[in-house]
Amino acid sequence: MERSRLVFSGSGGQGVITAAIILAKAAAIFENKNAIQSQSYGAAARGGSTRSDIIIDDSELYFPKVIQPNILVSLTQESYNKFSPIIRPGGLLLVDSKYVTIGKKVDAKHIALPMFNTIMEKIGKPIVFNICMLGTLIGISELIKPESIIRVLETTIPEDFMEMNEKALELGLEMGKKERY
Amino acid sequence: MKNKNNIRFVQGNEACVEGAIYAGIDFFAGYPITPSTEIAEHLASRLPQKGGKFIQMEDEIASMGAVIGASLTGKKAMTATSGPGFSLKQEALGYACMAEIPCVIANVQRGGPSTGNPTHVSQGDVNQARWGTHGDHAIIALTASNHQDVFKVTVEAFNMAETYRTPVILLLDEVIGHMREKLVIPEQGDIPVVERLRTSVKKGVDYHPYLPREDGRLPMSDFGSEHRYNVTGLFHDMWGFPNNNPQVVSELLRHLVDKIESNVNEISMYKEYWMDDAEYILISYGSSARSAIHMAKNRRSRGVKIGVLELQTLWPFPADMVREKCAGAKAIIVVEMNMGQVVTQVKNAVDNPDNVFLANRVDGELITPSNIKSLLRMIQGKGV
Repeated sequence: MERSRLVFSGSGGQGVITAAIILAKAAAIFENKNAIQSQSYGAAARGGSTRSDIIIDDSELYFPKVIQPNILVSLTQESYNKFSPIIRPGGLLLVDSKYVTIGKKVDAKHIALPMFNTIMEKIGKPIVFNICMLGTLIGISELIKPESIIRVLETTIPEDFMEMNEKALELGLEMGKKERY
Repeated sequence: MKNKNNIRFVQGNEACVEGAIYAGIDFFAGYPITPSTEIAEHLASRLPQKGGKFIQMEDEIASMGAVIGASLTGKKAMTATSGPGFSLKQEALGYACMAEIPCVIANVQRGGPSTGNPTHVSQGDVNQARWGTHGDHAIIALTASNHQDVFKVTVEAFNMAETYRTPVILLLDEVIGHMREKLVIPEQGDIPVVERLRTSVKKGVDYHPYLPREDGRLPMSDFGSEHRYNVTGLFHDMWGFPNNNPQVVSELLRHLVDKIESNVNEISMYKEYWMDDAEYILISYGSSARSAIHMAKNRRSRGVKIGVLELQTLWPFPADMVREKCAGAKAIIVVEMNMGQVVTQVKNAVDNPDNVFLANRVDGELITPSNIKSLLRMIQGKGV
């Protein structure tokens, strides 16, 4: 596979870092790829811009940070404004259409989807917004198998929350599949 | 699908915890501080599961004292800290050197001096690990650049602490401590574990805590159990009682230094990448070694004869090994995130110190492969 360099960005509390950990763990443990996840540390537990880097590849990984992501996910306007200039030419930019208005276009495929609104409409709980985002991303990019995400969720979240998370993932996958390019 | 229990996707700090558990840790005392906190956090849940003890002490000084006490009673003990916490531990660390008490001190490096840059990476404590505590002494300091190696050197840190009856410093850094990657926990027995060497002297028979065996090792007796003996930070005789007789003082100091410095080859751990025909050699350690390896792999694919020597033992500095590996190199670039700490050792070690250059970064960000590439191009006369 081609080396995937991803940056997930948003605001503290949206779950972007958790989503990054789940994705990287799924790739590393259940798809036997090499994966690294790291994050910027600051006082962003509630609000403020957060960023997490993920690299996934079949070959050995050394430098752990992402300088030019070929996939950038931004869930807030602030993080979109901050990180959209670093995207690799020809990359993918995925944003939530409720939170982000796309300004000056960069050399990348721009996809804005109502992930948050879909979650609130169909599930009514914002905590699975990040899982919906993961589903959407996988739907578009086929980066890893959705089942690998499910497997990670099974080992990390309480059973009572599984159904809600699976539904959020499915909603995202449906949205994402329509945007394949 | 079978649950792969031995495969984890964890932070480097957790890899260190798993290594400590594998090595047989019984006791941890510490005071949480970024970026080492996850070591304490995970040991707080892992240690009680195996009947060990975890104590959050009132500060770093007390933590170091508790670790020394626990080790004396026969337990494998460690603490973990960062930045100013490592400074606070220095006095008691010297006590452990002098009283020859095995223990492991993890220092997950962050930016300094003082409170510095708590959430960002640095490798500025290399010399502090060597000379942070006062007085002539020798020390062992180990490091690693990936989680599998963090696990392994943590086990080795405990092993060396027992073998040489000395504190061992585990010098990690923020990038390694916080990033997540795969860790495969080895089966028991895959990595040998050194247990405490206890005295065969029977209860009620005079035990000399500082009387070496023929092989130079000092068997211990669990403090508070079978034998009564004295422990002090003062120069002491074979009973452990203070003694400033010039011969006793000289012999003890030479023993403390020699037991480590004369075993530099046994203690030295390192890895080599594309070193066989390397004209340019990058010497690095910890997270900056990841950037060095990345850059060298990339240049190799473009035909540059470049290799990497990754140091895992920083102290005692493996000067002979470095000199041998670097003989004939056109240029040696030391890649580290400080103002030049290991580079000084490399310059002292090699035949031609003028060929040694420093690629560094001190802004709290991980040095990048292109930072190193720029320096290589300068050395090659190609401009940046």
